[in-house]
Amino acid sequence: MDLPTVWFVAIAVLWTGYFVLEGFDFGVGILLPVLGRGPSAGDREADRRVVINSIGPVWDGNEVWLITALGAMFAAFPAWYAATLSGFYVPVLLIILALIGRGVAFEYRGKVDDPRWRARWDVTIVTGSAVPAFLWGVVFANIVRGVELGANGVVTSDLADLLNPYALLGGLTTLTLFVLHGAVFLALKTDGPVRHRARAVARRAGPVALLAVAGFLLWTGARHGVPAVPAAVAVAAVLAGLVLAVRRREGWSFAATAVGVAAFTAALFGSLFPVVLPSLVDPAFDLTVAGAASAPYTLGVLSWIGAVFLPLVIAYQTWSYWVFRRRVTRAHVG
Amino acid sequence: MNALDLARWQFGITTIYHFLFVPLTIGLSVVVAVLQTAWHRTGKAEYLRATKFFGKLFLINFAMGVVTGIVQEFQFGMNWSTYSTFVGDVFGAPLALEALLAFFLESTFLGLWIFGWDRLSRRVHLATIWAAAIGSNLSAYFILAANAWMRHPVGFAVDPVTRRAHLTDIWAVLTNTQAWSTYLHVVSASFVVAGLFVVAVSAYKLLHRDRAPHASEPGMFQKALRAGLITTVLAGAVLIYSGDHQAKLTARYEPMKLASAEALWNTEDTAGFSLFAIGDPSVGAAGPGGNILDLQVPYVLSFLATGSPSGEVHGINDLQQRYEAQYGPGDYAPNIPVIYWSFRLMMGLGMAGVVIGLLGLWVTRRGALPEQRWMYRVAMAALPAALMGNIFCWVLTEMGRQPWTVVGELLTAESVSPGVSLGEVALSLSAFTALYGVLAVVEARLLWRYVKAGPGNVMPYPGHGEREPDDVPAFSY
Ligand code: HDD
Ligand code: HEM
Ligand code: HEM
Repeated sequence: MDLPTVWFVAIAVLWTGYFVLEGFDFGVGILLPVLGRGPSAGDREADRRVVINSIGPVWDGNEVWLITALGAMFAAFPAWYAATLSGFYVPVLLIILALIGRGVAFEYRGKVDDPRWRARWDVTIVTGSAVPAFLWGVVFANIVRGVELGANGVVTSDLADLLNPYALLGGLTTLTLFVLHGAVFLALKTDGPVRHRARAVARRAGPVALLAVAGFLLWTGARHGVPAVPAAVAVAAVLAGLVLAVRRREGWSFAATAVGVAAFTAALFGSLFPVVLPSLVDPAFDLTVAGAASAPYTLGVLSWIGAVFLPLVIAYQTWSYWVFRRRVTRAHVG
Repeated sequence: MNALDLARWQFGITTIYHFLFVPLTIGLSVVVAVLQTAWHRTGKAEYLRATKFFGKLFLINFAMGVVTGIVQEFQFGMNWSTYSTFVGDVFGAPLALEALLAFFLESTFLGLWIFGWDRLSRRVHLATIWAAAIGSNLSAYFILAANAWMRHPVGFAVDPVTRRAHLTDIWAVLTNTQAWSTYLHVVSASFVVAGLFVVAVSAYKLLHRDRAPHASEPGMFQKALRAGLITTVLAGAVLIYSGDHQAKLTARYEPMKLASAEALWNTEDTAGFSLFAIGDPSVGAAGPGGNILDLQVPYVLSFLATGSPSGEVHGINDLQQRYEAQYGPGDYAPNIPVIYWSFRLMMGLGMAGVVIGLLGLWVTRRGALPEQRWMYRVAMAALPAALMGNIFCWVLTEMGRQPWTVVGELLTAESVSPGVSLGEVALSLSAFTALYGVLAVVEARLLWRYVKAGPGNVMPYPGHGEREPDDVPAFSY
């Protein structure tokens, strides 16, 4: 493999890490009011705190995968970074606004003991999680599908172009997939009423996610071509996640949905390669791995940096998950 | 108004906003780590209580630093796509290093610190706050190396075919003299801000010490006040030293910025330091400019810029001519009044903070606490002064670089995203401004609430005759 290809794979890995990790964060955020409901206000609040604290120690570290993926795209494929972020201006703006609200909400929600204060932040958490979960699917579906990209590398698609049926299905797919992934995570990480409700949600969200993933990948295969192995693994893993969730094998079920998200992401990047942003105007204007890449010296430097530090990051993040391996219960947040 | 103007406003507003939180994170992370180390060493409950109290304030601030930083990471690609394509090869490397070396460290270990009080051994738990503090202080280096490269580009070549910059020497980029110097200067400014934050909070609590919920509280804040003052003064010394170095580098690499900061129109070799100047409104933007009025301290500017009272300092008119010959027709001077006054406000407000720190050390020597209430109010006012000093300084640094984004290589006017419309930038600018406005109010109120509630709120004081509890409850959301 030449260096630009190595870096294409590296960026696919970073995005995969981001979707696997923040995917369940998003799902947990979306499910906050569904799982934190209890008969009395006290029960409801206790359960909501269980839900939020299940991701409390890790969500910020998960989000840094996004920052790293963007930083790596900027460094290794400047034209790809520039065309994508300027080309998807409005969806990207909405994603950023959602991430801002959500980050502040986690930190500030519990800092004032007032039901109205908490209710406002709860709304922020739900929308702040649902919007990016949906829009990342829209953005990536459009990256696979192609945009109005001219000879000068400028994207002229407007919002209406970006909200085409294929992209909307992409959004629905990531949204439902992340809800399933989050429900399974909560079943694994909590105990008591939240765990029971999370299982029920997984049972109901699972079939929808499975249909969406299979449908979207079939459509992608028919229109743009998709590598068969990751696509098949994605569908099989989501199915396995669902079955295992029903059988209450929570650890295995979570492993399966994680593989499902990873394989789904891999299928999209595989479908894209060796183009990084296809042009609907003229295939000659496609942005390609070779055309968008930085010079070999830069890629070499980046390779050293990545080879030394990424394993280190993965090691201490794994350790942090190990430290917080115990289930979160009402007793813990009380 | 075109998309370029709005994109510039947006970058300015979002970066300045980000930088309201950054200095406090950089400095306060170390303050909290030191407090916890003191607790670890001595086992005294007052250190633990101070750790928890300032830790809470730190976290409220940190959350805003994180979410406003995310915007920055996207913004280059959204609004400045031509710039991003041109520089990514060089500029992206420090940015990727920052994420990989610093942000992961900071976010992961802070998560461990917040939630790990009852899960980790005390020693390991102490290490987590140090790791987070190191992460914050490292992140500043990489981003400032990227920023310094734009002011003094090194270690690169421009590809004649693609017209894109290519990295040729990463080491040169990371050891850029501008990067080291700016790092020392910005980090010491951050510690001045954090020191004055501790001072302001302690002064407030001491001003109202008759309302203290526990007999031990005023004593704790008296110690904190001294520690904050010492931090401010020590950091202030590094700040002045590195600021002087900054001025010399500016004279060498960005003479136009220095000349503008001094409203120095013509080259002089015994240049005075201007105290107050008014530009001549009768000359148009195109013609050579001058001042109507200029109060000066003789020789000082030459000395600051070159180390010699008779060193030559270039003037705006001469530099403009030189750049026109080099780069073609155009206006190569930044907005002079803004630069001139930003420099004075940075020095004035920031130095006022340091001086207040020094005076505070004097009046609180040997355990004294002044009776005069205005003294506490002055100590509290030093915090916003120092923060504003930081902000004006960035205005000086970034607007003084205009019309360039990368000095000598890429103009700001050429950096903007060609495919992004005025409407889109207007939308994002209004959305960020509105959201940031709301969040500023929420954050300020929350900080205020926790300062007022005091340390007893995060770690209750023992009742009469009771002992301090042994176990340490975890923070949770
Ligand atoms: C907080 C500190 C700070 C930092 C770290 C940076 N800047 Fe800056 N930048 C500013 C503070 C600032 C500013 C003070 O906010 C400016 C100057 C005036 C303004 O409107 O915004 C600005 C303006 C500004 C503009 C718009 C042009 C203008 O209106 O002056 C661009 C394109 C950049 N900067 C680019 C960068 C890049 C690519 C940076 C990467 C490291 C960067 N700046 C770091
Ligand atoms: C314009 C360039 C800048 C960009 C692109 C940028 C990017 C970012 C990003 C993405 C984050 C969020 C990280 C997380 O989630 O933990 C962040 C936070 C942070 N940034 Fe910046 N930043 C810029 C300027 C600066 C400067 C100049 C400094 C220091 C001198 C700085 C220091 C920090 C620190 C300490 C944090 C940690 C969060 C906090 O402040 O509370 N940044 N920045
Ligand atoms: C409280 C905060 C600050 C104070 C008190 C302060 C103080 C100073 C001082 C004393 C000088 C030396 C002036 C001279 O010798 O001529 C200086 C120069 C400088 N500082 Fe700061 N500084 C602060 C924050 C910052 C920050 C955050 C930056 C951002 C990069 C910065 C950038 C500069 C630059 C570029 C110069 C050289 C300016 C010139 O001479 O044209 N400063 N500062």
